Amino acid sequence: MDKHNSALPGPDDIHREVLPNGITVVTRSNFNSPSVVATGYFDAGALFDPDEKLGLADFVTSALMRGTKKRTFDKIYGELESVGASLGFSSGVHKSGFNGRSLVEDLPLLLNLLSEALTQPAFPKTEVEKLRAQLLTGLAIRAEDTSDMASMTFDEILFKGHPYSRPEDGHPDTVRKITRDDLVKFHREHYGPRGMVIAVVGAVKAEEAVRQVKRAFGGWQVKSQKEASELPALKHLKKTVSKHHRIAGKSQSDLVIGTNGPMRRDPEFMSAMLGNNILGQFGMMGRIGDVVRERSGLAYYAYSSLSAGIGPGSWEVNAGVNPQNVKKASDLIMTELTHFVEDGVTAEELADSKANFIGRLPLSMESNGGVANALLNIERHNLGLDYYHRYADLVNEVTREDVLNTARKFIDPDKLAIAVAGP
Amino acid sequence: MDNTLTQITLSNGLKILLKEIHTAPIISSWLWYRVGSRDEVQGRTGVSHWVEHMQFKGTPQFPANVLDKAISREGGTWNAMTYLDWTAYYETMPADKIDLAFRLESDRMLNSRFDESEVASERTVIISEREGNENEPLFLLGEAIQQTAFRIHPYHHEVIGDMADLHTMTRDDLYNHYRVFYVPNNAIMAVAGDFDTNSMLARLKELFDPIPAGNEPARLARQEPTQNGEVRLSVEGPGATSYVQVCYRFPAASHPDFFALSVLDSLLAGPSNLNMFSGGISNKTSRLYRALVDKELAVSVHGGAQATIDPFLYTITMTIHPKRKPEEALAILDKEIQRIKEEKVTKEEIARAIKQARALFAYGSENITNQAFWLGYAEMFANYEWFQTYLDKLSKVTAKDIQHVANEYFKPQSRVVGTYVPQRGEA
Repeated sequence: MDKHNSALPGPDDIHREVLPNGITVVTRSNFNSPSVVATGYFDAGALFDPDEKLGLADFVTSALMRGTKKRTFDKIYGELESVGASLGFSSGVHKSGFNGRSLVEDLPLLLNLLSEALTQPAFPKTEVEKLRAQLLTGLAIRAEDTSDMASMTFDEILFKGHPYSRPEDGHPDTVRKITRDDLVKFHREHYGPRGMVIAVVGAVKAEEAVRQVKRAFGGWQVKSQKEASELPALKHLKKTVSKHHRIAGKSQSDLVIGTNGPMRRDPEFMSAMLGNNILGQFGMMGRIGDVVRERSGLAYYAYSSLSAGIGPGSWEVNAGVNPQNVKKASDLIMTELTHFVEDGVTAEELADSKANFIGRLPLSMESNGGVANALLNIERHNLGLDYYHRYADLVNEVTREDVLNTARKFIDPDKLAIAVAGP
Repeated sequence: MDNTLTQITLSNGLKILLKEIHTAPIISSWLWYRVGSRDEVQGRTGVSHWVEHMQFKGTPQFPANVLDKAISREGGTWNAMTYLDWTAYYETMPADKIDLAFRLESDRMLNSRFDESEVASERTVIISEREGNENEPLFLLGEAIQQTAFRIHPYHHEVIGDMADLHTMTRDDLYNHYRVFYVPNNAIMAVAGDFDTNSMLARLKELFDPIPAGNEPARLARQEPTQNGEVRLSVEGPGATSYVQVCYRFPAASHPDFFALSVLDSLLAGPSNLNMFSGGISNKTSRLYRALVDKELAVSVHGGAQATIDPFLYTITMTIHPKRKPEEALAILDKEIQRIKEEKVTKEEIARAIKQARALFAYGSENITNQAFWLGYAEMFANYEWFQTYLDKLSKVTAKDIQHVANEYFKPQSRVVGTYVPQRGEA
């Protein structure tokens, strides 16, 4: 690949600047369309939630735009929607995030509303209660969703005793317990400029983007912003643990089988990604898709995925199958996992996946949102501004032995978490 | 921007649309066939979608399992989709690799195998796809509404087809459907991205010109008669949450009223996003959100129109608040519909809808895949000019037009109201 491929962001066209209050701004211009995205994250994830009020961080992010000290809910959305802009917040385990976009002429408005929501939310009582009913309905829908419930059950098995076992959106009883005061306190203690990153990508020059971010956020100072506590160590499974979560009346069951995967910063990350691609992604969902879908006709979807983040994520296989075929599909998946750790991958498979990773990179950056995600990825995991220029080399240096050793390090076919949700 | 648009029809009837976009080293290629669930009779519902699946099962030149690997190896992304009116296959690839997509598509227009064993294994895959859909309350409700709204017109069944037909359709049913509809004179090739038009055209001619034209496929021409009275139905199923869908009859996308209705949709429920590869915007200041969600009758409300060849449905979907009854929400919805019929909307509201559409267009044009999508998509129900002049046409819509279409299309006697009645406890 051409190392100076203009589709890939790099040190020559990413502008990065840290404001005096600790906010990191990363930008890249794209004048092909008169639009812009402003997206980023900050250190206020669900890790801070007490068990009895699980869902608190998520509730706070959902409530940020329900009214600020200057504007009502209706006024905030009135301004945004009138210009076809959008802005939303979401919460993860470690970080919470925001995602906004607008025509470039409306970037000042977008950043202004973002700043108000983050720094001066009012949490109006009536709005908090409206939101609570919406969140509880969301949880009632989740309880009926075989895919959501299989994933939740899987996390409970795999991460037992670890914060990763908890769903960020909480449970009905914990969400009912959250008070307006809890929201105010959470915001006061955890929201602040330290650790916040904002990526601005679109039809705006770097210096102008930075100037606008400074104008919106430069004055934000929070002295008491709390530090996240250390993640406890993971307790690995000592044997395979299976659990079936019953949901009556459904025509399809969801199945998740997996184990712990690497962290993003682990040296095995790239070999795990390539191995996973061969296992359950490449072509029509890799080896898993080939066996479960193409050859056995058991499922419309059957694939594997790796969620390597700040902490150790999962390495899992997901499939949606007829309730009568759960056992058959599980057996096929287990056989593939065993084959994967015993025999590794072929030279041809590895070469194919490498070509796939390198070739598809520019496609993932077609839109401003794609580029912004790439910039945030660099920032979150400290990958270096030249990461996407070095990417092909990083992919190419992985060997078959690396993939095999990584598979063996993480996957033990006798120590898996198996979750099923369905009838 | 350096965007050259070229339209040409080959001697075998294949229409080609090309748009040069030199913003990234990417090309997106879309092959559209004028075939969808509208072309299916009872006993063979779902055949178009199943044929689409079979198109990934190989030709003598590119056997099953070789196709997808070949595309992935070159860093491409590809997929296909089947809808009421059309079936589309696309590949987005690094610009220097796109030739593979053209070789695949020209080959499988004619040479797909439809092996018995592949048909058998795909049967259960599609049944599984349908079972996954059936897990969703809104699929169950939508299916019941659609078959009620269309008794005569083939829009009556879901694209995936009825379960009975998925169990009984044969290899020959599939193959015959393929041979009838997969002919160059029933297809459009749309390519956008980083290429030179002359050499692109030469290459496409080389690959597609030798494919012989077929007979013009016969179409079902069963027009849905006028509905003379509201129909209400309910679907029971697992869950704790009620949903209500209210469907009004909308005109074809090529009808001049479609544009005023688009503005009306924007005011009522927030702008429908017609882009396939770019998200929409929120609708929290739309009239229905304010009346239903803000007032806690529903926890969400959405409206959506589809661009179709024949008149289809405008669907308003309400997720009912756990403390409210579906009828209460419906009564408030009716008040809002009545208001839009009686009171003229303001100029500001119209201007706002147009700005929203302009923003959605800008978001969509960030993305080459989405631009290539539009080239062919608009041809499926109108023509590319429909897309090019869309914003202009919206900006000509007046308050009087909106009042007119509100009265013309939001008629209680021609709507279908469906309620999903959950069969499990309280939320």
